[in-house]
Amino acid sequence: MAVHSFQEHFDSLIDRDITIEPKDWMPDDYRKTLIRQISQHAHSEIVGMLPEGNWITRAPSLRRKAVLLAKVQDEAGHGLYLYSAAETLGITRDEMYNQLHSGKAKYSSIFNYPTLTWADMGAIGWLVDGAAIMNQVPLCRTSYGPYARAMVRVCKEESFHQRQGFEIMLTLAKGTEIQKKMAQDAFNRWWWPSIMMFGPPDAESPNTEQSVRWKIKRFTNDELRQKFVDVTVEQTKVLGLEMPDKDIKWNEARGHYDYGQINWEEFWNVVKGNGPCNKQRLDARRNAWDEGKWVRDAAMAHAEKRKARTAAVKAA
Amino acid sequence: MNLAYTLRLADDALIIGHRLSEWCGHGPILEQDIALTNTSLDHLGRARSLYQYAAEQFNAMGTEEKKNYFSSVAIQNMVSAGETLDEDDVAYLRDGWDFKNLLLLEQPNSDWAYTVARSFYYDTFNFFFFSELQNSSDTTLAAVAAKSLKEITYHLRWSSEWVVRLGDGTEESHKRMQQAINDLWMYTGEMFVMNDADKDAVQKGRGVNLDELKPKWMERVQSILDEARLTLPAATWMQSGGKDGKHTDNLGYILAEMQFMQRTYPGMKW
Repeated sequence: MAVHSFQEHFDSLIDRDITIEPKDWMPDDYRKTLIRQISQHAHSEIVGMLPEGNWITRAPSLRRKAVLLAKVQDEAGHGLYLYSAAETLGITRDEMYNQLHSGKAKYSSIFNYPTLTWADMGAIGWLVDGAAIMNQVPLCRTSYGPYARAMVRVCKEESFHQRQGFEIMLTLAKGTEIQKKMAQDAFNRWWWPSIMMFGPPDAESPNTEQSVRWKIKRFTNDELRQKFVDVTVEQTKVLGLEMPDKDIKWNEARGHYDYGQINWEEFWNVVKGNGPCNKQRLDARRNAWDEGKWVRDAAMAHAEKRKARTAAVKAA
Repeated sequence: MNLAYTLRLADDALIIGHRLSEWCGHGPILEQDIALTNTSLDHLGRARSLYQYAAEQFNAMGTEEKKNYFSSVAIQNMVSAGETLDEDDVAYLRDGWDFKNLLLLEQPNSDWAYTVARSFYYDTFNFFFFSELQNSSDTTLAAVAAKSLKEITYHLRWSSEWVVRLGDGTEESHKRMQQAINDLWMYTGEMFVMNDADKDAVQKGRGVNLDELKPKWMERVQSILDEARLTLPAATWMQSGGKDGKHTDNLGYILAEMQFMQRTYPGMKW
């Protein structure tokens, strides 16, 4: 088969909504785009453990502590599925870690913001996980099979996290004045970074068009962002909190809420490494990796010794 | 006395759970990060069951006895106001002198070898302890023991495997593992000290005779260390005091961090 017929076969699978599997032929750019996107997603899960992990030792009740611990553990699990999905495309987990640690690979910029109060655990669950779900639910039908299947599991757990986050916010919003203030303060700080999570506006999103064609992406950044804004405005009413954007207004003609100007300068700065916690987050990951080297080496060495001993016993 | 016994077991579980939870997000291998978090959750779950039981026992006492039971202004105020305690009050409102956990468990994580050594000593103890506690005449303690034993059996397997892996891994890991085993050794004696709460519990058929546990523990530790090509530390002066509320510097910092929300925003529901 000539290369063009591989391409035609691939295109026809995509057009017929048949998933692409690891052993199928795929265009180099499709593979590269997926490695970039899946590894970025995996890194986001792992780095995302840090801002919340921060509060495990300080959670205000034993129940909240247990729930938070389980949630952060779920994120580690998501990282694991996603690294495994990316590995089917011919990259190793170590290579992906190196890309993260060297700064070459990105992760979701949202995790470069600090978690200042307990209410941030609520706001992150509600808004950040909420935005992540908007992004991720369509990925359950993404064209690459292993990624789509990983996302089915991820989304189930994420929607659980989102409800937990909302429940923390609700408890605070219906609690004392101080607790309500804490909830509003967290909402104010996390709102804008959350709607930035959908990425740059469509007009400035270099990868969107091709990804939509390949059915890696099913909706554009702006479409998903709008959906998130619409849902969040309604949820905010249930909480009895104030939207942190004065320009939020129902637009009858569009059938959507209009929202204010996003500070893209801040977004790009955080992406480039100038966010409040970029350095701490990367340092934490690098430290865990560097300080764990002797442990990984020992585990490998021990496994080798075992293998050699078993072989020696068999030979005797 | 049963309250003291229950509380001590709860404190052990909470403090080791706290220490292990500090690894979450910082482990050397992603799979191990997940495994350790699981273990931390097990300990926390056991702590909650036991604190709930402790709160129940406390609430059933007479007012005068309650007032002086804990040296905590926050709890004394609750008692004076006629309020009852729940699991969170017991965990978050006591100061260090009312915590009766083993000194071993509050020792810092330091590195993977220290974390493994601490867990190994404790998991081995826990395994034999909770095996016995299943026979407690106190049905709540017996039920907690039966549930916990399944988890603890896994904990023991996990920490034993790591002792072997590190002890019989590289030259560096062997050195580090031996160092950790040596340094934490002085905190192991306290596990077998029979204080008044222990004696009372044994006498009433509720508790475990620690004298009988010690040889089993020693034998198991010795056999794993042998397999790991590590040396059992020489007999030394043993530290104790945790079971009587006299701790190392570490506990105060753990509590300061753990309790700050309840202290700063008292009486709120979260």
